[in-house]
Amino acid sequence: MSTNVNREDVEHVAELARLRLTPEELEQFSVQLSRILTYVEEVKAVDTTGVPATTSMVAGDANVWREDEVRPSLSREQAVGNAPEAADGLFRVPRIIRDR
Amino acid sequence: MSLVKWTLHELQERLTRGDVSATEIVRAYFLRIGVVEPKVNAYITLNEQEVVLSEAGALDDAMKTWRKTMPMMAMPIAVKDNLCTEGVPTTGGSRILKDFTPPYNATVVDELRAQRCFLMGKTNLDEFGMGSSTEHSAFGPSRNPWKLDYVPGGSSGGSAAAVAADECVAALGTDTGGSIRQPAACCGVVGLKPTYGRVSRYGLLAFASSLDQIGPITKDVRDAALMMNVLAGHDPKDATSADVPAPDFTRSLKKKDVKHLKLGVPREFFEEGLDPEVRDAVHAAVSVLEDLGGTTREVSLPHTGVAVATYYLVATAEASANLARYDGVKYGFRARPYADLADMYRATRQEGFGPEVKRRIMLGTYALSSGYYDAYYAKAQAVRTLIRRDFDRAFQDVDVLVTPVMPTTVFRLGDRADDPLQMYLSDLYTVSASLAGVPAMSLPCGFSHRGLPIGMQLVGRPFEEDVMLRVGRAYELATDWRKQRPLIR
Repeated sequence: MSTNVNREDVEHVAELARLRLTPEELEQFSVQLSRILTYVEEVKAVDTTGVPATTSMVAGDANVWREDEVRPSLSREQAVGNAPEAADGLFRVPRIIRDR
Repeated sequence: MSLVKWTLHELQERLTRGDVSATEIVRAYFLRIGVVEPKVNAYITLNEQEVVLSEAGALDDAMKTWRKTMPMMAMPIAVKDNLCTEGVPTTGGSRILKDFTPPYNATVVDELRAQRCFLMGKTNLDEFGMGSSTEHSAFGPSRNPWKLDYVPGGSSGGSAAAVAADECVAALGTDTGGSIRQPAACCGVVGLKPTYGRVSRYGLLAFASSLDQIGPITKDVRDAALMMNVLAGHDPKDATSADVPAPDFTRSLKKKDVKHLKLGVPREFFEEGLDPEVRDAVHAAVSVLEDLGGTTREVSLPHTGVAVATYYLVATAEASANLARYDGVKYGFRARPYADLADMYRATRQEGFGPEVKRRIMLGTYALSSGYYDAYYAKAQAVRTLIRRDFDRAFQDVDVLVTPVMPTTVFRLGDRADDPLQMYLSDLYTVSASLAGVPAMSLPCGFSHRGLPIGMQLVGRPFEEDVMLRVGRAYELATDWRKQRPLIR
């Protein structure tokens, strides 16, 4: 078995992952991902009939609950303190909603 | 002998006796760092000497009236740079977090600092923990203190190198598929990955949340037990941390033998592809353990051969989701200029992430994408169940497994930098324990003909780190590997 990831596949996945790739990276990832995916195809040969997927590593598999109560937390100033752009205690982002 | 050579427990004994002061410890360590750090590059960020010295001065004054010391008091500790430290930059080894200074501490950092240890600095790593050599750090690779043109392993290579080079007495690492154990083996020190859930992950920059664990890298096994005493325990801030009582991890060390313990040697870990030097060193270690009273038997972990493939599907899928948070909005780097929001995301991630991180995000996104999810991700999660069952079955017959850490001896800087698959395969013996969530540690068991350390791996039952530590301690007391130290030149 071998998997071939072409340039269009790489472009599609990069779009899903919000990555912009250079033409060189597109070329390189096409080759490398094909090789790595061919290798990981090994898992397909394992018989997993009736085997449940591991979906949690937590012992007991139970949800963890707590009371919904007000507790001390980061100040607003601290919370936006590392933002590349902030204004009035808010994260500043490019305009998303346009005027009609 | 300079005090920087001492283990944590030796240094602590001398501090308690009054042979050495906190100030002397800090001065000696910064002197040592000044000499070797330009060669080793273990740290991304060093704490300021004046800041640490003033802490030490206050501690020396306070200790005049205190009757009892705490085990970590005045100990110079290094912290891997993917663990949040309040007021101290935390980069994850990534350009995308170059200017990030957390407003809070990881729980493990809080626990250590509560015992009045010193934070010496933040250590180098492969970007977000993705790598086996530190060559994927945005801040340049660390060097192996034993031979500077060799890698220190990774991703916690900076922590392992800092401990081996006496630039701290002990360090925190993180392990997703071997990132504590493998660098510890490369640098000739001890590294322990606890059971999944044993140690809080609050404040760790997440890579693969079902695999990530924080643990100690130390000069000997006793130090690892002392560190575990501080790190282990339930934390309400981490919903995956286990509410399981933690023992005194030093108690089991008193036995100094492995009598009545059954040790398993998994056949699949000694098949083709294993370097003969590593094989011989681990076989010799098994003989030592037999001399110490252990009974050994061969066991089988039948799915070992597909563990690397399973790991790289699960880990990259989780990584692609976890790293979605780096979007140039909340913290870190934002690329400029940009046309609109989507363009800002793409430009920021293009410039902020290095090639290995992009590769893994791509692989994980592919494995989760429409049409491939069942064939890759869901399949890998089912195989993971089989890998966990392999361990369950083996641990019905034996108490601890003994294996190599790496299939080869330490490799040279640059040797595998251009071949990602080859780099992934160096994780062959460490990823299974990560997938199974069981505790595992590495400790020195010899040297290659080039004079680079070889490590052996011990794997224990869930929440039985103490049994594993007992085996490790008995072994290190019966051998002299830890007494050999690197000459950095």
